Amino acid sequence: MKKLLSAVVAIGVIALMAWGFYQAIYAAPADAAQGEVGRIFYYHVPHGMLCYLFFTVNFVASVLVLAWRRNFPARALAADAWALSGAQVGVVFCSVVLVTGPIWGRPVWGIWWTWDARLTTTLVLWLIYVSYLLVRRFAVGSEMQTLAAVLAVFGALDMPINYLANRLWRTQHPSPVFGGDPDAGIKDPRMLHAFGWNVLAWAVWGIALLVIRVIVERRAQRIAGSEAEAALAAD
Amino acid sequence: MTTPTTGQTELQEPSWSKLVFAHLQKDLRIEWRSREAINSMLFFALLVVVLFSMAFDPTADASREIAGGVLCVATLFASVSALNQAWAREIRHQVLDALRMTPSGGSPMFFAKVLSNFLFVSIVQVILGPIFFIMYNLHPLGEAWLLAVVIPLGTWALVANGTFFAALSIRSRNRELLLPLILFPIFLPALLAMVMAVKTILTGDSGDPTHLWIKLLGGYDIIFTTVSLLLFGTVLEAE
Repeated sequence: MKKLLSAVVAIGVIALMAWGFYQAIYAAPADAAQGEVGRIFYYHVPHGMLCYLFFTVNFVASVLVLAWRRNFPARALAADAWALSGAQVGVVFCSVVLVTGPIWGRPVWGIWWTWDARLTTTLVLWLIYVSYLLVRRFAVGSEMQTLAAVLAVFGALDMPINYLANRLWRTQHPSPVFGGDPDAGIKDPRMLHAFGWNVLAWAVWGIALLVIRVIVERRAQRIAGSEAEAALAAD
Repeated sequence: MTTPTTGQTELQEPSWSKLVFAHLQKDLRIEWRSREAINSMLFFALLVVVLFSMAFDPTADASREIAGGVLCVATLFASVSALNQAWAREIRHQVLDALRMTPSGGSPMFFAKVLSNFLFVSIVQVILGPIFFIMYNLHPLGEAWLLAVVIPLGTWALVANGTFFAALSIRSRNRELLLPLILFPIFLPALLAMVMAVKTILTGDSGDPTHLWIKLLGGYDIIFTTVSLLLFGTVLEAE
């Protein structure tokens, strides 16, 4: 039953991603100003939106770790698995944003990179969560979980700055497509379709990845726990 | 709870500011006797300024553009070495464990450490500032008095975060290595704001008429100091 369910989910995710790919590359018309290279928008923007989602998972789980660490250590351990997985998947999505951005920037702006507020804060966001993953390697045990959770709270402080960056400052990065100026945004419904399908496909893919990471991490925690118990029993 | 009846006055919790003052007094006395932090920071920052000056050989115009960044980075590198020492000193002879057992809690200890480190870094900057202006042939074209607002705000951002993350990284295996790895990404927005503000003042251009960068720096200070104060107890008690 479990195997059947995971096979169905896997096929569903692959089918959704294939449909998203078809929509972005074939169904949507090319951008009037940018041409074919504008299609990278269907990957860049969903990944940008979704990396907020996964960093938010990390933030909420970290707050739960801090809240539960004294009275409910078992629950705190579970929350820690979610925090770690959220940061890992978030870093992957943020990396995709940072890679696809310059690929688009080179033909459209003529430069790979510029130090404007949006680009800089995105890079900072990525750096903070990489340092979060590093902290988890440098310390051990429940102490490390607490320290990492504290660092995650600081990382989350950078998210609103990053979100507001191209609303507060005049940046080289394009102004918001959604929830910004009423004149801005996509008007062609085929483009909106392609965009919506890609957000959905990448979200489902990311969440599947997150859940798999959590399962693996929980298993690793159980193994570490039983190893510690065995070591105690051997004495 | 019964109140002690032996003394004439009832035992009272000392106020928060008194606790901060007690910790501050201790930190300042240690520094006054050893002068470790200020001396090492001063020499280190001087070296960074000289190194940058030789590496770039800037002309007067170029130096106005880069001076803000060089000053900030010199302070940054110098203070990282001192901030590690600030907590490593407490680890020796289990002083930190003793402090954890006092009823005063973490936040006054943290705030006093931030204040004392802020004072040390500011002293270094006051000594280094004139040398810096001479070596880079600077004379600011904008409103120079604003430097007296921007530099302390940026230093506060550095010291408040640095003290917090030094306490956090002191608990890990490779303590000296970890602090810059966590501190630099978190401090980057403040560094950017500080560098941009200093550059606007030195070059005198009117690109930032509303002082947006200075306001941003102030907001950053308030938010990050508040979060640090709230979470310091957690870091102190983590085990």
